[in-house]
Amino acid sequence: MGRTRKGWRRVINGVNISAFFVTLFIALPLYWLIISSFKTPVAMGDSPPQYWPSPFSGANYSQAFVQYDFGIYFRNSLIVTLCATALVLVFGTVAGYALGRLPMRGKFTLMVTLLIISVFPEIALIAPLYLLERNFGILNSYEALIIPYTAFNLPFAIWILRNYMLGIPKEMEETGRIDGAGPLRTVWSIILPMALPGLFTAGIFCFTACWTEFLMALTFESVNNWRTIPVGIAEFGTPLEVPYGTIFAASVVAVVPIGILVFIFRKFVISGLTSGAVKG
Amino acid sequence: MATVDLQQVNKVYPNGFHAVKDFSLNISEGEFMVLVGPSGCGKTTALRMVAGLEDITSGTLRIAGKVVNDETPKERDIAMVFQNYALYPHMTVAENIGFALKLRKLPKPQIASKVKETAEILGLTEWLDRKPGQLSGGQRQRVAMGRAIVREPSVFLMDEPLSNLDAKLRVQMRAEVQRIQRRINVATLYVTHDQIEAMTMGDRVAVMRSGVLQQVNHPQALYDHPDNLFVAAFIGSPAMNLYEASMTDDAGTVRLGSQEIALPVVCKDAHPGLARYGGKKIILGLRPEHLPAANGNAAAAESAESALVGNVDLVEALGSELMVHFTIDARTVVAEGATSDDDDTTARSGEGVARVDPSAKAKVGERITFAVNTAGMQFFDPETELAIWD
Repeated sequence: MGRTRKGWRRVINGVNISAFFVTLFIALPLYWLIISSFKTPVAMGDSPPQYWPSPFSGANYSQAFVQYDFGIYFRNSLIVTLCATALVLVFGTVAGYALGRLPMRGKFTLMVTLLIISVFPEIALIAPLYLLERNFGILNSYEALIIPYTAFNLPFAIWILRNYMLGIPKEMEETGRIDGAGPLRTVWSIILPMALPGLFTAGIFCFTACWTEFLMALTFESVNNWRTIPVGIAEFGTPLEVPYGTIFAASVVAVVPIGILVFIFRKFVISGLTSGAVKG
Repeated sequence: MATVDLQQVNKVYPNGFHAVKDFSLNISEGEFMVLVGPSGCGKTTALRMVAGLEDITSGTLRIAGKVVNDETPKERDIAMVFQNYALYPHMTVAENIGFALKLRKLPKPQIASKVKETAEILGLTEWLDRKPGQLSGGQRQRVAMGRAIVREPSVFLMDEPLSNLDAKLRVQMRAEVQRIQRRINVATLYVTHDQIEAMTMGDRVAVMRSGVLQQVNHPQALYDHPDNLFVAAFIGSPAMNLYEASMTDDAGTVRLGSQEIALPVVCKDAHPGLARYGGKKIILGLRPEHLPAANGNAAAAESAESALVGNVDLVEALGSELMVHFTIDARTVVAEGATSDDDDTTARSGEGVARVDPSAKAKVGERITFAVNTAGMQFFDPETELAIWD
């Protein structure tokens, strides 16, 4: 901006007002979630509501972990999500590389098929998948979720990674070959670092999708020991009581990993990573 | 140190496109060979076959006397500079230069000292810790060169390495590339579509068209003795003026439209083959500098029988000389594919360019007389497009 704004116009302008409302829209529910998790069960139902918890109580948190096995759910979610994300990234990278960079027949058909698969509604496949998993005897296990999570998230990841791979000039590989790098070395030392933004994007999407998935987790894990966070939280309480405070506390803890991930994602300056490779 | 020898090399793509046809070329030790031709003439394909990035359909490629058709780029011990540099964006300049050495598992201190030495040659010492994204075009170009020379390859390949630079930097880097090539003194194959680059840089220049090698020679020899119409039209800027003409029955005079230019004995002696063209059509080639203005020049006017008169269309004053665009009443010949894309290919019939002394009086719309330098005349057969010498 060339001109400098004076006085109040420096603070109150279109951009800042829009930003304020967007922030409000996102931050207010989060704020409500967090402060409510520190309220006592009695204060929960106050009218008008408390905008700051008084008294301040950590009871909901201890209850989530002690009474409701939230620790187990958290561990299950973490294992299932990390395994599925890792598998998606490994397969996605290999497939994306092949589809993006290798001469291959039927690429287009394959990509369109992947696109169709990725928009297929989960609910339509739940019943047959349940029967399949029962026949294989893998209900109530980590595999019960890791396998379908990988399958459901792979098409999207392949698309993202394939597009990143496609954008890497072929001279990068040729230079590698001339420098004396074998195919594996080329992918590891040259292609992968250049596809890093794609890996992060695909990884974040996959992680979030697996972390918040409900339907399959509910259907394939009927035993408490195997439940993940979304299902675990939904099962909190009794038919006579909904422990809102505990649900809020558990939800706050569930948000933390995603928050950390986004923080790391931000730390990597993704854009501009590939700049300077080619042209002047 | 090695030689490169291509014998009857062909490249046919799976879709049937014959990109390179019976290509034979020999590059001796330390020689700077420039391969030049219009876009899509197969020059880059030829280079890539030498590099090992493209399979050779038939023929033999020898490097240092050894047949290397089926060897990988690594085994051929070549280095290549790409048009778009292809630097590794996630590595620093030092890592970029040292990558090939690292792959060869050289000890770290040795890599460091070689990288340092290379950086000194190229003036990159202070940029070693930067990433390519933080460098200017010229610096990136130098890193790409550094990556190639640090390995001390036996053959150095360059694919239009200067085409991404701006005009001024390109001229500067032209000298720089030559200096580096002299210093490392290895056989070099340099591909470009720019004939000026080819003429100024090459020890020898190979001209290619439509997958076929047209002529290989020293730059001056190419300029003075083109083998065919294409080479004559492609080499030189402004390009050679080419006209449809005919010989008189005694093959002593050229008819150019309504004008006649008598050929002196020296000219007939230099082109004895002309005797066979008595009464036949030929193509006459006149370089712009062989058309000095005769206006007010007594000495030139004397040899009036080899004068050429044209109408001035446009005068470009370049300070040291004038570019006079003129028209005569003869048909202009355009050699297919010889004009570059940015040239005006829709040359009007009879157009020509002369490079004359600034003292000459050339005014738009007026007539101008040129004292044709008959020694510089070139003659081509209209059927075969080959130059007429013996």
